[in-house]
Amino acid sequence: MPPLFALIPALPLAGVALSLLLGDRLGKRGTAWLACGVVGLAFLLAVRAALQLAGLPAQDREIHVTAWTWFRVGDFRANVSFVLDPLSAVMALVVTGVGFLIHVYSTGYMAHDPSFRRFFLYLNLFMFAMLTLVLADNFLLMFVGWEGVGLCSYLLIGFWYERPAAAEAGKKAFVMNRIGDFGFLLGMITLFSFGGSLDYDRLFAAAPHVFALGSAAITCATLLLFLGATGKSAQLPLYTWLPDAMEGPTPVSALIHAATMVTAGVYMVARCHALFTLAPATLEVVAVIGAATALLAATIGVAQNDIKRVLAYSTVSQLGYMFMACGVGAFTAGIFHLMTHAFFKALLFLGAGSVIHALSNEQDLRRMGGLAERLPWTHRTMLVATIAIAGIPPLAGFFSKDEILHDAFASGHFGVWLVGIVGALLTAFYMFRLYALAFRGPSRLTPEADHHVHESPPSMVVPLVILAVLSIVGGWVGPPLAPGGNPFHRWLTPVFAGGPGAAVRELAPGTEIMLIALSVVAALAGIGLAFRVYLQRPAIAADLERRFSGVYRALLNKYWVDELYDAAVVGPVYRAAQRLWRFWDEKIVDGIVNGIGYTLEGVSAVLRLFQTGFVGTYALFFTLGVLAVLLFFARH
Amino acid sequence: MIPISWSLLLSAVLFTIGVVGVLVRRNAIVIFMSVELMLNAGNLAFVAFARHLNSIDGQVFVFFVMTVAAAEVAVGLAIIVNTFRLRESVFVDEINLLKG
Repeated sequence: MPPLFALIPALPLAGVALSLLLGDRLGKRGTAWLACGVVGLAFLLAVRAALQLAGLPAQDREIHVTAWTWFRVGDFRANVSFVLDPLSAVMALVVTGVGFLIHVYSTGYMAHDPSFRRFFLYLNLFMFAMLTLVLADNFLLMFVGWEGVGLCSYLLIGFWYERPAAAEAGKKAFVMNRIGDFGFLLGMITLFSFGGSLDYDRLFAAAPHVFALGSAAITCATLLLFLGATGKSAQLPLYTWLPDAMEGPTPVSALIHAATMVTAGVYMVARCHALFTLAPATLEVVAVIGAATALLAATIGVAQNDIKRVLAYSTVSQLGYMFMACGVGAFTAGIFHLMTHAFFKALLFLGAGSVIHALSNEQDLRRMGGLAERLPWTHRTMLVATIAIAGIPPLAGFFSKDEILHDAFASGHFGVWLVGIVGALLTAFYMFRLYALAFRGPSRLTPEADHHVHESPPSMVVPLVILAVLSIVGGWVGPPLAPGGNPFHRWLTPVFAGGPGAAVRELAPGTEIMLIALSVVAALAGIGLAFRVYLQRPAIAADLERRFSGVYRALLNKYWVDELYDAAVVGPVYRAAQRLWRFWDEKIVDGIVNGIGYTLEGVSAVLRLFQTGFVGTYALFFTLGVLAVLLFFARH
Repeated sequence: MIPISWSLLLSAVLFTIGVVGVLVRRNAIVIFMSVELMLNAGNLAFVAFARHLNSIDGQVFVFFVMTVAAAEVAVGLAIIVNTFRLRESVFVDEINLLKG
């Protein structure tokens, strides 16, 4: 059984290389086929790998492959090596599967873009980096992928770089991610200096012996790692880049800023569960940050008018749920939600992209409405995704969100659970607000957009339909109330087994059913409220906006967090940099360089006097020189 | 047999004449001849030493010097001829454009 899974990241890289080598000779069709083909192949390989893994006995489901040694310093060896275990298999399947669908969708969405090839080049590069991240079997290689996805995110957010807002957003995302990455790097170094290795296996095996439970070292290291996760996964306090990242093309928002890259932080925390469970304090921080982000982003999402920004805040909020799960020790639930979220959030973004495409780049919900009949397939699939994210059974979002809430409750984090329930209500509310404003009610389209409305081409609709099916059935692998744990649990057990914090108490079936009923009621309440406010009595919305104008303005302006960051951090840093530039750069550095130049100029001005142009003078100097040398030797 | 000191003295005198010629004359061709004079003063010293030391080395060196001198004459005269064509002059103090 050759471990072909190591080729999964190599395939998209080959796509990048071929696209670079063949250039425009491929044509649009060729580029599209190449880009989708390599990702499709990677998906098939991932399926094969997962099947192989499933065929093994549970305790053997971990295959390592070392491709080559990257570098060696003393005893330290950095290998380019990959691991296939239930966790990385799930991640690889989600990344390649959703990624493939989004690639196909992009061939339709970007069909008229002049930079078609560049777009797919970046997409493939992103797939390579993301797959390296999830398949790596050591921190160093994971960090390569971690930085790679950050770079691709930057490139793709600023894909339409001629738009200042897009260039600015790309820069913002990159810088904020760098802050997180710095934490990640420091965490990695801390782990290495204590644990002596960066390989997952060796480090996690050594961790319980090296670190005392709850010791300062492990708490510090995991907090630093989590700082990296907050940057990549857009959590408090580093979440503000994600809504701005919506400046990128919509498939990018679906792929990178909803389904895959932003979940890297969750994956990393889950992967390092052996370390995080050694630091209960960090887990508390993770849970609290997750809960706070989930609630904060959900409230902001309620008042946004840009269809993509609503989805962006929704993503931030849902990522908060995943961290909530990790924080209470329910890593399986976190990964489960990661998977289902990838399905329905990718679908939501792609659906939003389809709407934007149909309305000639209109993104404002206030200028939509009544699209249900005019975009039938987009409408149907969007409705499925909206119900799924709202958490109505039997769609995917219900199962994963319910599991998170269940585990939060069962582990005794009642505050986190309560926030989760309120968040679920808000989620249902803002998602159905979006749905109602875009697809229901009277049409508020501009005449020009109205004229051009059309359903998207099959290359865009087919991925939507597939994702809609996944959004329905994706949660069925993890039903609640299953005796002996549900299939998804059993699949991930080899990875998450053991560890002191992993124990989540079993609840009595009655309690569990009550919790389920509560979360469904919260979701239904949110939906009902949204329909009442935005469809039946539009006056209520306006009335509420007037009556609570202070609250509304705070939400609309995202609690002025961006302004706060600008004033507290960006502005001072910018001014300090300016001062440094004016003083240190212009005076000192340039001064030294220019000083050398001026000195040489002065010296040569004197020396130039000897160069008269007369051969006789030169001969005279020459002779005098020879005489001087002769005299010198004669005297010594 | 002529003592070596005579030969060396003659060589030194010829060399000095050459140096002075290079320094004081303005005509490029005369300067050139002066350079040749210096080279041949050196040759004379070589030959004198070869004879004095009963060694062939000095004479071999002379052949090398002659070869180099021949090459130098070829290049030098070519430069002078071209300069004359351009400036209608072979006086070196009229050729002073190459300066800093």
